[in-house]
Order: sequence, then C-alpha cells, then structure tokens
Amino acid sequence: MSTLPGLSRRRRRGPGAAPYLMAAPAVLLFIAFFLIPIGYAIWLSLHAMRVRGRGLGVRTEVFVGMENYLTAITDSAMYEALVRMLAYGVIMVPVTMGLALSFALMLDVPRAGLKGFSRLSIFLPYAVPGVIASVLWGFTYLPAVSPVHRASAEAGLPAPDFFGDVSIYFSIANIAVWGSVGFTMVVLYTALRAMPAEIYEAAKIDGASEWQIAWKIKIPLLAPALVMTSVFSLIGMLQVFSEPNTVKSMTNAITPDWVPLMRIYQQGFIENDIYLSAATSVLLALVTVALSLAALAVFRFRARRSS
Amino acid sequence: MNRRVKIVPTILLLLGALYSLAPVVWLVFASTKGPGELFTTFSGLPSLNGGFLENVRALNEYGDGRFWTWTLNSLIYAGGGALLTVVVSAACGYAMAKYRFHGRKLILGSLLAGVLVPGITLSIPQYLLLSSTGLVGTYWSVILPSVISPYSIYLCQVYAQASIPDEMLEAGRVDGAGEFRMLWSIGLPVMMPGLVTVFLLQFIGIWNNFLLPYIMLADDDRFPLTVGLYSLLNRGASQPALYTLVITGALLSIIPIFALFLFLQRYWKLDLIAGGVKG
Repeated sequence: MSTLPGLSRRRRRGPGAAPYLMAAPAVLLFIAFFLIPIGYAIWLSLHAMRVRGRGLGVRTEVFVGMENYLTAITDSAMYEALVRMLAYGVIMVPVTMGLALSFALMLDVPRAGLKGFSRLSIFLPYAVPGVIASVLWGFTYLPAVSPVHRASAEAGLPAPDFFGDVSIYFSIANIAVWGSVGFTMVVLYTALRAMPAEIYEAAKIDGASEWQIAWKIKIPLLAPALVMTSVFSLIGMLQVFSEPNTVKSMTNAITPDWVPLMRIYQQGFIENDIYLSAATSVLLALVTVALSLAALAVFRFRARRSS
Repeated sequence: MNRRVKIVPTILLLLGALYSLAPVVWLVFASTKGPGELFTTFSGLPSLNGGFLENVRALNEYGDGRFWTWTLNSLIYAGGGALLTVVVSAACGYAMAKYRFHGRKLILGSLLAGVLVPGITLSIPQYLLLSSTGLVGTYWSVILPSVISPYSIYLCQVYAQASIPDEMLEAGRVDGAGEFRMLWSIGLPVMMPGLVTVFLLQFIGIWNNFLLPYIMLADDDRFPLTVGLYSLLNRGASQPALYTLVITGALLSIIPIFALFLFLQRYWKLDLIAGGVKG
C-alpha cells in the first residue's frame, strides 16, 4: 500500500456521486416511461366518465372502484379473444420451440453440411418486422395471388383455404413461428456451444449415438435455456397483435377484436373507453408478470438442483 | 474415419433454410410483376417485362415520395433510439457492475420487474400520459419510450462485470483518473463488443416495432415503414392496384436491414444473449 498522504486521501475519498450520476438517466427514464405509466394505468382503471346532474349534465371523472375490472372480466368479446389467443399459442409456442431445438441440435452435429448457410437463412426472418412478415405470408394465403393456390389448381387438387375456421390459427401462428425460430435457435445453439466437449467424450467412448447424446445429455443440459426461451415465446403469445391486425385487412376471418391486445386497442381507441382499456391492460400485464415469475421460479429451482 | 457429410441433419437444416427463404423469394418474384400481372401470372416465377422498375417508379411517386419519408423516419427512430439506449444503458450497467452504492439493489430489483412487464402493454398508458404533455405525434413520442430498455441495461451490467477487471480501475484511480474519465477511457472500449450487440438488438427491435408508433402517430409524414406499409395495405383492400406498391415497398424495406445484418454478422456477440439467458 502506498504511504503517500495525498494518494491515500484520494483513495479513501471513493467514487462519491459518480455512480448515481451514471445511473440517473436510466432511472429517470424508467420512472417516466415505466413506473408513472403503470401508476397512471392503475389510477385510470379505477375511474370512469360519468354524467352528473339533470338534463344535459356535465361529464366528469369519478372513482368507480373495481367496476371496470368487473366489466373487463365479464366482457364476452374479451373471453373469446382469450380463447383465440390460446388456440394460436397452443400451435405457436410448441412449434417454435420444437423447430428451434431441432435446428440447434442439427447445427451441433459434427459433420452436418451447409451449417453457415442454413444458420444465417433461418436467422434472417428475425430481421423482418412482424407487419412485413404478415404482408408477405398474407399474400401467399390470398386465393387471388397465392402461389399455393395456383400450384394446386394446376395439379388438379382442391385449393387450400388458409382463412378457414381452424386453418386461420395455423396461418397466423405460422407467421410468428417463421419470425421467431431463428432467434431461439441461435440462443439454444450458443448455449450448446458453451458446454465443454469432454461431457460428450465419455458417452462416445461408451458407444452412444448422436441421437442418444442429444436426447440424454444435450437436452437436459439445455433445460435452463429452454425454460427462458419458452417464457419469451409465451410472452410473445400474450402480446400477439401485429400479425392478426395486419392480415385482418385481407380477410373477414379476423375480427377487429381477434386477440386480447386488439380488444384493448378497440376499447381504448374505437369505443373511446380508456378507463376500461386501462383495466384490461393492467389485467394482461398481471398475467404476464405472474407467468414470468412462475417460469423464473422453475428456472431457479432447476438451477439450484443442478448445482 | 468417415469424413462424409451426414445426410439427415444436412437435409433438415436445408428444409429449415428453404422455409425461411421461400417467402422472401416469392416477394422478389412478385415485385417484378406490374399491377395487371400480379393477379394473372403464376407467382412462383418472376415476370420479365420490366415490371420491377415500373413498380419502383410508382412507389417513388406515391404521395410525393412518402415511401422514402417513411424509410428516413424508420432510420431516425431505430438509429437515434438505439444510440440513446446504448449511452443510457452502458452508463447504468457499468455503475451497477463496478460500484456498490445505496439504492443499487432497489434499481436492480425494479429493472428485473421491468423486464417482466411487457413493454407493449405499456404503450397505451404511455400514449395517455404523453398526450397530456403534448408530445404525442412527435418523433420524441416514439423515441423516448424506446430508449429505456431494462434488458439492455441488464446485458450491459453482465458484460461490464465479465469484461472489466477491477485491477484496471484500481490502477486508473492510483494514476488519479476521475470516475467518468475511467468509464470513458477504460470501461467503454472494453465493453464495445457488448455495446454493439445491444445496439443491434435495439435497432432491430425499434425498426420492427409496430404498436407504439401505430398508437402514437396520426400524421402520415411521421410514420415509420411498418405503419406506413400497413396503412398502404389497408387502402389496398379497396384499391387492389396498391398491392403491387405494398409488395415492392416490403421488398425495398427489408433489403437495408438484411444488408446491415450480413455486414455486421461477425460483430454480434450472441453468446452474450445466451449468457444473459443462463443468468
């Protein structure tokens, strides 16, 4: 340690206000664009516009307690939107995870060919905005333009209906799967690459096949990354908006309140009831947070058990 | 030893690549067709009658070059927003990784909660709040809410923790450097690869965002590409001739982001994202 008096005084002074100043912009923005909007949404959700007095009266904002929440949970359009979102999610989440995991495992197989090309190709759709992806796929679903319709007509087969009662869920889920498989695949593949090669050596010496190594060793080791990417996928399901909202202009199969976020948008901006819209937003955010916390708990539990 | 390429994994990967590229190839073909040809010729093959240039010309003329205004707006939102995110997140992440100070735990906890709250359900309250300050409809109404990204701050903190040795900062202090000086000339250069990743993730996130600008903006001249093309598609439902413009616009809008992607490929630190996932 230095014995120079000036130097030791400087050392003892510590960083002072520096860390606070460094964190300040982020903290201020966090308060302005997270905490205050959340607080404001909760405040709004407890209020409503009411006409007071006789005759024409005056419209004033009054406290109504849980009334908006009651309206929100008994809203049959919202209930239907939730069911549609679940039907969409039941397809989107497992298919995304399954494809991403398969591709990541294939990339990790020694001597698989064309790795660089396929990895990049599968990752590229991640860079395509959801709206543009919906335009793209939407046109391939549209009977007048679809190459699939044209091809099946030339082959003498019945034309597929992409906007049917059931097929619409697959059509919309496909757009989201297309856009998100690549990112999930890269996260899983990177996690696989980070594992020490010695783990596999022993299994190979024992004569395990690539398939057995993947199933018995790699997938269990990937569990934490799988849980986290599944949560991202589930949150994506709760927030689905731009795909159905864009395809809506191409077909009558999608109503303006097709999924919860579209219903919230409709409540707030078409029906002009921002109070009800705020209550529904708060409920959707609560579901998301609960889901994330549950997944995080599973993740922590597994991490503790494996360490 | 068998040096042959394994067939099954290779075929599966190729199928994946085909699935990912097919709609883009369709888009390229469709953009070569003039308005009359889109509904009449087979869309699995390109049209070679000069339709592509015709479409670009029509898109260029639409609304006095509105398409280029949207492109410029997207660049302003995504570029400006991502740059500001990097500055704000790097400083905050560095402070939380390298100092122990009062309130640090509180900030960490709030940010974690922030990661869990879906940004998209915040858009509506953000709109209501910004409309009372008169910012709605301006560039700031899209940029400012995008700047704060708990995930970016978290990544910066993880990266600063892993890459900046405390000894370097100790040495800097002995040499009499101030704390901000050390952030600037020791912290930031070491964190640069991580910051590039944060910039790219955020750039793509804002570029792809739809709900926030859709809610905040009413004026055509402020639209980013996503909202602009969406409005064009909606009009196309009654004027099918606009469909060729939407298709050409969609193709032109993904070219720059693909180029950026390919160009910056080797600067990505994707293991950082995976590291974040591993916690």
